[in-house]
Amino acid sequence: MAKKIPEIPAASLADIAFMLLIFFLVTTTMDVDSGLERRLPPMPPPDQEDDDTPPIKERNVFVVLVNANNQLLVEGEISRVEDLREKAKEFMANPYNEENLPEKEPKTVDFFGEVEVTKGVISLRNDVGTQYGTYIAVQNELVGAINDLREELAKQKFGKSYDKLDRDQQGAIRDIYPSRISEAEPKKVGGN
Amino acid sequence: MPPISTASLPDIVFMLLFFFMVSTTMREVTLMVKVTVPAATELSKLEKKSLVSYIYVGTPHNQYQRVFGSEPRIQLNDQFARVSDIQDYITSEREARDEAEVPFMITSLKVDEYTKMGIVTDIKQELRKASALHINYSSRKREDL
Repeated sequence: MAKKIPEIPAASLADIAFMLLIFFLVTTTMDVDSGLERRLPPMPPPDQEDDDTPPIKERNVFVVLVNANNQLLVEGEISRVEDLREKAKEFMANPYNEENLPEKEPKTVDFFGEVEVTKGVISLRNDVGTQYGTYIAVQNELVGAINDLREELAKQKFGKSYDKLDRDQQGAIRDIYPSRISEAEPKKVGGN
Repeated sequence: MPPISTASLPDIVFMLLFFFMVSTTMREVTLMVKVTVPAATELSKLEKKSLVSYIYVGTPHNQYQRVFGSEPRIQLNDQFARVSDIQDYITSEREARDEAEVPFMITSLKVDEYTKMGIVTDIKQELRKASALHINYSSRKREDL
């Protein structure tokens, strides 16, 4: 094979690469998907009759209602979304053990020893006509209230942000401030 | 003055190309509904894109409104769907994944902020029936506060 192979011109290589580059620029998205993470409760078994769980005491429930006009009723008072976070935090923490705020039960938690853990539950109920944007705003405030409490406790106990703690420490804090946001079963019949 | 050598231009461009190929994901579905997700502050990122299935809800784009109306509709993959199709969709999404990964699957709800909760509640009930309990309400970052 004495014949000399001519060299492939590389001048157009840049053009080809540019074309590919532009193709990828156009067809792709850079945005990282993010959102409010929630867990739905599992479906109750169909043969279950009226639940025989003991009724939750009124003082242990933080009732949030949202109507079709996107108005809020928090614990029987008309309220604004902006005030919801503070109220939810006060409810979950109950710093002065007030009578009308939820009970606490002693519980042994790693790192903390014996602590008083709230029995409070946040109950959220919305109307069929509620706007999704309002619903997310309310959910955001409720999740934010619990996140704030966890963050404060993490700072106080470990001197670090909650995100920076290891798994066991996060678990301990989650035991003290559980994320108990319950959404009412949608009603099958009747008006709103 | 000697001309600037362009011999390394392809290398530079290829480097850019590889950067974009690695850091981006392909747009998988064409949206047929208008979705503006609501704003929130307590966001968590969707880590593994391959484990996420998407449900879009919003009013159809103008070219589909003649057929599908202007009320909010559900879009699964590349077509409009009804609430009753969600269970089948979740099942097919599960079958497409490795069995070991199924428990870590997340359903991302991309719902327009002006949608009424009626349809969202129906979707959530269907997801509960399908035991797809881990969900993510897709939202964008709110800057204020």
